[in-house]
Amino acid sequence: MKAEGKQAIWKEYQKEIADDKYFYVRSCVRQNFFPGSETTFLRILREELGKDIYEHACHTTCTGIGYHGDIVPVDTMMTVVARQFAMMTEAGYENLVPSCITSFGIYTEVMDTWHHFPETEQKVRDYLWKATGREFQIPKNLAHASDIVFKFRKEIAAKAKYQLINKETGKPLKVVEHIGCHYAKMFPDKGIGGAEYPYVLTGMIEEWGGEVIDYPERRHCCGFGFRQYLVQANRGYSMSCSHKKFESMKPYQPDLILTNCPGCPMFLDKWQYAIAELEGKTYGANGQGIPVFTYEELAGLMLGYNPWDLGLQMHQVSCEPLMDKIGIEYNSETKYHDKNGNSLGVPEKPTVLKVSL
Amino acid sequence: MKNFGFSLSKDRQIDFDKSDKRIMDFVKIEEPTFNICIACGTCTATCSAGNFTEMNLRKMITLIKRGEITGVRAELSKCMLCGKCSLACPRGVNTRNVIFKINQALEKYSL
Repeated sequence: MKAEGKQAIWKEYQKEIADDKYFYVRSCVRQNFFPGSETTFLRILREELGKDIYEHACHTTCTGIGYHGDIVPVDTMMTVVARQFAMMTEAGYENLVPSCITSFGIYTEVMDTWHHFPETEQKVRDYLWKATGREFQIPKNLAHASDIVFKFRKEIAAKAKYQLINKETGKPLKVVEHIGCHYAKMFPDKGIGGAEYPYVLTGMIEEWGGEVIDYPERRHCCGFGFRQYLVQANRGYSMSCSHKKFESMKPYQPDLILTNCPGCPMFLDKWQYAIAELEGKTYGANGQGIPVFTYEELAGLMLGYNPWDLGLQMHQVSCEPLMDKIGIEYNSETKYHDKNGNSLGVPEKPTVLKVSL
Repeated sequence: MKNFGFSLSKDRQIDFDKSDKRIMDFVKIEEPTFNICIACGTCTATCSAGNFTEMNLRKMITLIKRGEITGVRAELSKCMLCGKCSLACPRGVNTRNVIFKINQALEKYSL
């Protein structure tokens, strides 16, 4: 194929991402499971890239989990989304940046619905006005937080202290990238690379020195799936999805997994413990697991931030072996201490999965 | 082992690289008409044993082709070798001989 032709086709898989002035909306679950990620994103944007990013103290859940769990009706979901838009409008911003992939899918779905059914938009405007007396503008630009990091990946690489390179062998680290399903599988033209060739995480990995692994179950869901894990008896389905992915990626001996969704790193990290307890099987070297990172954590690591400020002590699979491979400096003694030096308590050791405490 | 109240669900994916194809390969060579079966199920519809038992030749052939051969011996023991299926087959598959050959393969490979 001619290079020009290839570029022309690839253009269809690009999306417009705003340069500056972002209104940030956080995820419901990320602050519990990966508490340093969103703070790190804000720190990188404000301190490293000098961008204007604003978050409102009163923004709420997008209701995505309840909506996909068939608990929250669509009209309620759209009205809550309209309220987030109203806060963005009142704050004087036009570019919405959700931290969560589910929220990104929800906002995309709502905007697309209103585009095709203007009468629905008017109905929701009425609901919001009656409930809160607020009005809103639809965001001019909607980009997921990973799109923003992707956009500035070269700037981050230029400031990086470390690279995704094994310091002993000098070879690139082998990275599994896992994209959240609601990023581009529902609305392919809203994601970089579409649903078939999602490039958002691959671009970061390549720019930061790593090598992406292409394995058979690369595009399989992590197993989050809302109703699969909300009901305890169904969680076997969720874990089986992660299990299928681990079995598929294991022969390629990945050094780490990189994700851009709140649920994926949680399940790909925590299920490694559950599978080890149930099946006695681990997927990393020496009885350890494969460390799982969010893109903000990885960007923070590359920039030389303190791993414990990034919240890496909250991971089920230990990150120390990977940090040793790259040559990242860390202090094991302060791993379970807060900023004031108070002990956070040390977690219990799993019986099968080897961890560094 | 810990009890979480849930466990791994069994995978229903057929991995053709790992499946046991010994019976299929044997029958394909010994009774080549086995290759032209279109799995229409006429054999099963006309099967006398199938009227009174769970005997299902169509299902058995499918499972053998997938390499899922556990239970083939028990299934086959229900066949009375009447040969009606051979007469009914629209593709001319010698189903009676197919059953003979599956039996031979079971003996040959001690399955």
